[in-house]
Amino acid sequence: MALDKNGIAKRISHELKDGFYVNLGIGIPTLIANYVPKNINVEFQSENGILGMGPFPFRGSEDPDIINAGKQTITSLPGASFFDSAMSFSMIRGKHIDLTVLGAMEVSEKGDISNWKIPGKLVKGMGGAMDLVSSADNIIVAMMHVNRKRESKLLKKCTLPITGLRCVKKIVTELAVIDIVNKEFVLKELAPGVSVNEVISVTEGKLNIPDFVPTMKI
Amino acid sequence: MINKKVSSVNNALEGITDGMTLMLGGFGLCGIPENSILELVRIGVKNLVCISNNAGIDDFGLGLLLKNRQIDTMIASYVGENAEFERQMLSGELKVILTPQGTIAEKCRAAQSGIPAFYTPAGYGTEVAEGKEIKVFDDKNYILEEAFKADFSIVKAWKGDTIGNLIFKGTARNFNPMMCGAGNVTIAEVENLVPVGELDPNMIHIPGIFVDRIFQGRNFEKRIEQLTVRER
Repeated sequence: MALDKNGIAKRISHELKDGFYVNLGIGIPTLIANYVPKNINVEFQSENGILGMGPFPFRGSEDPDIINAGKQTITSLPGASFFDSAMSFSMIRGKHIDLTVLGAMEVSEKGDISNWKIPGKLVKGMGGAMDLVSSADNIIVAMMHVNRKRESKLLKKCTLPITGLRCVKKIVTELAVIDIVNKEFVLKELAPGVSVNEVISVTEGKLNIPDFVPTMKI
Repeated sequence: MINKKVSSVNNALEGITDGMTLMLGGFGLCGIPENSILELVRIGVKNLVCISNNAGIDDFGLGLLLKNRQIDTMIASYVGENAEFERQMLSGELKVILTPQGTIAEKCRAAQSGIPAFYTPAGYGTEVAEGKEIKVFDDKNYILEEAFKADFSIVKAWKGDTIGNLIFKGTARNFNPMMCGAGNVTIAEVENLVPVGELDPNMIHIPGIFVDRIFQGRNFEKRIEQLTVRER
């Protein structure tokens, strides 16, 4: 069975390692904070200016001056710090962040990503995404495998305006974990109950299938 | 003692006229200069170029200036939460220069610091890089971005003193510090304006040299864009 959004987040949480500083994008990536393995310590950075981001506040104790990049009210954990936007992007462009997880509208087999604009239809803006993808060495995309029209989001070439070139290393969707190796998609894991053919049928870009593809451990 | 204190928002905004370029602090609705924005609506200056990370929401923040058609050009990184903004942009009524968030921050800091331009990797290979110089450092591509030029910087701080020293709170800091001194004239509105000597010099985020006018803001609404809570 295909995963839901929480399942995708849970699978990506296995990529967290002890001591990681992590930036989570808006949407599915935000959910990853709920599944940090108990035996490791990580710190979450939000590009609007906090390191050491904590969970949502208890009702009634929300502070309008403490929000995340999705403009949601949050809390700060012991050891947290606040800083300005220039310093925040010094952390990001300066490669001090160990893992970046963000959503995407399209990813190409070369690792190009599009996630900020649909010409003539929808313009949200890139926010910090272009800064993040231009510098991070470790980028995971969390997204659904197809768009609302059931068209593949894993393409030979992105059709929407680009956010960054050759930057995505791993994609986790409701169906599979796919790595990008030498400008090709490689099927690494299948969601429980999902078949290889099912993944092939919704992947437009070239997909390499190893002899053995394990099932995701969630 | 140099005195930057002005008695009202109206005095603080003196000199802002049609067609000027303004930098305004804030991320979403967090840390925006609420008093100054309401005063800009009241005085009705038009054809503004506004530099701010976001454009407010339909009925608060810069969204109020948009609704009033006071903004000609908006330079921002993310505009997803404002339907009127999207409508004006897609119809061509509003000119929008979408700019990566880190690049906006650095263009402010460059202006503040006397750096005319800088190279950044953000936006290489995208629409953002069109028409800009590309340079390779250590096999990686960078684009040349220029410092902002603005007539006024308008920021919001938590505490300030009459000589213009500023302290910010939480994530309301965001773009406010690097906008100070980046425009020709910097206006700071603060939640608590205190006499000189009350702020600990070790805790100052922005020294008063970067601020020209400071005033005590009133009735801060601090609207929350996305209220998210957990139950006890």
